[in-house]
Amino acid sequence: MRIKHCILSVCFMLMPVVAGHVHASPEIQSWTTQQGAKVLFVENNMLPMVDVRIVFDAAGSRDGALPGLAMLTNGLLAEGAAGKDAQQLAESFESVGAQFGNDSLRDMAYVGVRTLTDEQYMNTAINTLADVLVRPDFPRGAFERELARMKVALEARKQSPSDIAEEAFFKAVYAEHPYAMPVGGTDESLENITLQDIEAFYQQYYVASNAITVIVGAVDRKTAARMVDTIFDGLPAGSKPEPLPPVPDLAQAETVKIDFPSKQSHIYVGQPGMKRNDEDFFKLYVANHPFGGSGFSSRLVETIREERGLAYSVSSYFSPMRERGPFMMSLQTRADQTDEALQLLRSELDKYVASGPDKDELEDSISNITGSFPLSLDSNSKILGFLAMIAFYDLPEDFLETYIDNIQKVDRSDIREALRNRIDIDHTVTVIVGNGG
Amino acid sequence: MRIFISLIVLATLVIGLILFVFIAEDQPLDELAETGIQSMELKNGMKVIVQENRRAPVLVTQVWYKVGGSYEHDGITGISHVLEHMMFKGTEDTPAGKFSEIIAAHGGKENAFTSKDYTAYFQRISNDHLELCLSLEADRMRNLLLGEDDFLKEVEVVKEERRLRTDDKPTALTYERFNAVAFVNNPYRKPIIGWMEDLDTMKIDDLREWYQTWYAPNNATLVVVGDVKAKQVFALAKEYFGPLKPAEIPQLKPRKEVQQHGIKRVQVKVPAKVPFLVMGYKVPVLNTTENSDDVYALELLSGLLDGGNSSRFSKNLVRGSQIASSVGAGYSLYALHDSLFTISALPSNGISMDDLEAAIIAQITALQDELPTEDELARVKAQVVASSVFEQDSSFYQAMKIGIMETVGLGWQTKDEYVDRINAVTAEQVQRVARKYFVEDHLTVAELIPQSTEVKLSTSGNMNAGEAHAN
Repeated sequence: MRIKHCILSVCFMLMPVVAGHVHASPEIQSWTTQQGAKVLFVENNMLPMVDVRIVFDAAGSRDGALPGLAMLTNGLLAEGAAGKDAQQLAESFESVGAQFGNDSLRDMAYVGVRTLTDEQYMNTAINTLADVLVRPDFPRGAFERELARMKVALEARKQSPSDIAEEAFFKAVYAEHPYAMPVGGTDESLENITLQDIEAFYQQYYVASNAITVIVGAVDRKTAARMVDTIFDGLPAGSKPEPLPPVPDLAQAETVKIDFPSKQSHIYVGQPGMKRNDEDFFKLYVANHPFGGSGFSSRLVETIREERGLAYSVSSYFSPMRERGPFMMSLQTRADQTDEALQLLRSELDKYVASGPDKDELEDSISNITGSFPLSLDSNSKILGFLAMIAFYDLPEDFLETYIDNIQKVDRSDIREALRNRIDIDHTVTVIVGNGG
Repeated sequence: MRIFISLIVLATLVIGLILFVFIAEDQPLDELAETGIQSMELKNGMKVIVQENRRAPVLVTQVWYKVGGSYEHDGITGISHVLEHMMFKGTEDTPAGKFSEIIAAHGGKENAFTSKDYTAYFQRISNDHLELCLSLEADRMRNLLLGEDDFLKEVEVVKEERRLRTDDKPTALTYERFNAVAFVNNPYRKPIIGWMEDLDTMKIDDLREWYQTWYAPNNATLVVVGDVKAKQVFALAKEYFGPLKPAEIPQLKPRKEVQQHGIKRVQVKVPAKVPFLVMGYKVPVLNTTENSDDVYALELLSGLLDGGNSSRFSKNLVRGSQIASSVGAGYSLYALHDSLFTISALPSNGISMDDLEAAIIAQITALQDELPTEDELARVKAQVVASSVFEQDSSFYQAMKIGIMETVGLGWQTKDEYVDRINAVTAEQVQRVARKYFVEDHLTVAELIPQSTEVKLSTSGNMNAGEAHAN
């Protein structure tokens, strides 16, 4: 049974955070493998299980002229490796109850496994993971099948007004930047990707010096190190890819209207936002919280949902990425209310950038963010996500320990200044999908 | 944000309406050292269940009510869910919006969800704020304001939610019509979020009556999981919920589905790009079965078809014949009424819906004709055993399981039987339930037939897209 929140995920979102009086940050151990891969590890013995994830800078932003290439490469790793076909690989994992996982977003592409720590089970899971990562065969049949499935997924996106809107938003905000293109590919790119492209992409990007590894669970450091050695054995050191280009500011405001036969209009408004290791990270994160990042306590929800009943879901957020991820506000509303809702989004943003949060809003936000910090570290999977973020984006290893202090330091003048410097209300992209535009 | 769980196919849920009798004293009901779960019942009939868990200095509290979509009758569909939204609109002591504000200021996260057989409210928060959560929940259990102005705005929010989740989502709309056709008199026929016309004509008085009828301590269960002491939870529960008066809870009519006498088909023609197929067989659940072996065998069978990438659907339909682009099976044992074993699939490009359906039926027939291998069974069981460890990583999920089982009338202890019961399923039992329940005359098939997504220019600007035509 799934609980669904309506938020789109673009890499790691600003973390919902929390914090209490007790700083219960997990103790992070770190080392670098011989081939140059960074490892972060947290030992947690409360459950007989362990999560391992290897993250590569090999996602959509590395697609080049072929959007979808990174995702397809990532998806093909477990479709044939070390002479075993997809069925045999799946049986290896599943016969010991292990859960293989993989995904490719805009910044991060990863593979990983969750397994019981029973030695025999764990060894099977880790050895199979190593095969998938280091010895993929990229069989032609699997390539053709998975490519065909990506085409079906692409068609499915075209029947979703929110997917259409998100795609148009990224295209308008990022123009020539690699973040502009959909990670699932385009009609054109999916016709042009070849098996040779896949193999070349794999060889260039799935290399040790382009990887970070994170491990959380009931193993000791020695066992964790041995697991890492097994996984990386045979993976060339390679080299890190060139840094992504910086994201330029928008030269002008732009409005994109796309007719679509939906009852609601889907509206996105935004522009380039901030980097994951941005100097204004804490200021902008706190700034967004009372505006549109805190659900029911936010201005956008109060104005648009609570006072007027115009939308079920309305929010704003910064999605911090390697280079500047987007700042975006979004909502969906009945087509004939499109103009009213859009005006409100814009006027709320104008007001907020001009004056920032009031004193109470800031205090409430800081206490919510700091007070809820323990909630974001209350499971292995959440800790794993943090470790991956810290390692992948080269954040300081004391990121978690200093988090609360960094949040508490933010004051109203910081926020006003950051908003003034970083939000340009005259240069936004507005996307409206539906028939109300 | 108020969430609305649309267990789409997993249609389901559960349970039982029992008229709670008074219990003379607050009594401890049960204690199971193994799982660390302790429970008690307050004098007013409210159940309190606690699972101590010291993994992090946090806790989750959930208050579960025995009411949801399956409790509703025609004309007021969606009322349980609208009421869930209204539960955030304040009491005399805690005005509208204040609940969320207080929880947020204390570093908490809160929300609620409505399903077929339950409505639940929860907070996740650091472990020193238990009392705050319980006092606020106790207040809104009996003292909700339900002002008309608030309602008129909130029902518009819910209509937007319906447009977002169902009307503009071709697959969700197909599921909705599938359920509406599959059942004749079983209440799972109705969408949890309600028909739009029922939302249009809903009145504040309807909600007041619904609230008075179902929101009472003897129709509720408090579940707390986290770094707390059960004793402390019991004491606080007694302090805050104890004084609330119980109500007479109506006995639900059974509405047991009439016998189906032949396959049913429905088409949904709306703007879309990818065809979609949903198939469902009538099946019992733990609450309704005469033989619980059948139910666990069906559960294991769903693992054979769809449990992981080595399962039959992936192996034979996505990889082997490549007829399906994706295909899955859905079944939930923990419902109040008889349910559906569903299969949903997207065809590969160029594959007809007839061929897709035939290929799925062939997989069903194979289960009826041949025993599954021991390897296959062992693999599903290994995954079940491992998952029972993995799922303990989430306190919220632990609390959900307790809440669901208690609220559908099975009792939380049922969750501890799961692994053993699955492990006991034999190949012969799988074959037997496949033959017994997967009968063509008890099948419903829904098909999404994509229509153009081009917008036709119309002078009125009034869109009719999203309308479905059910046969």
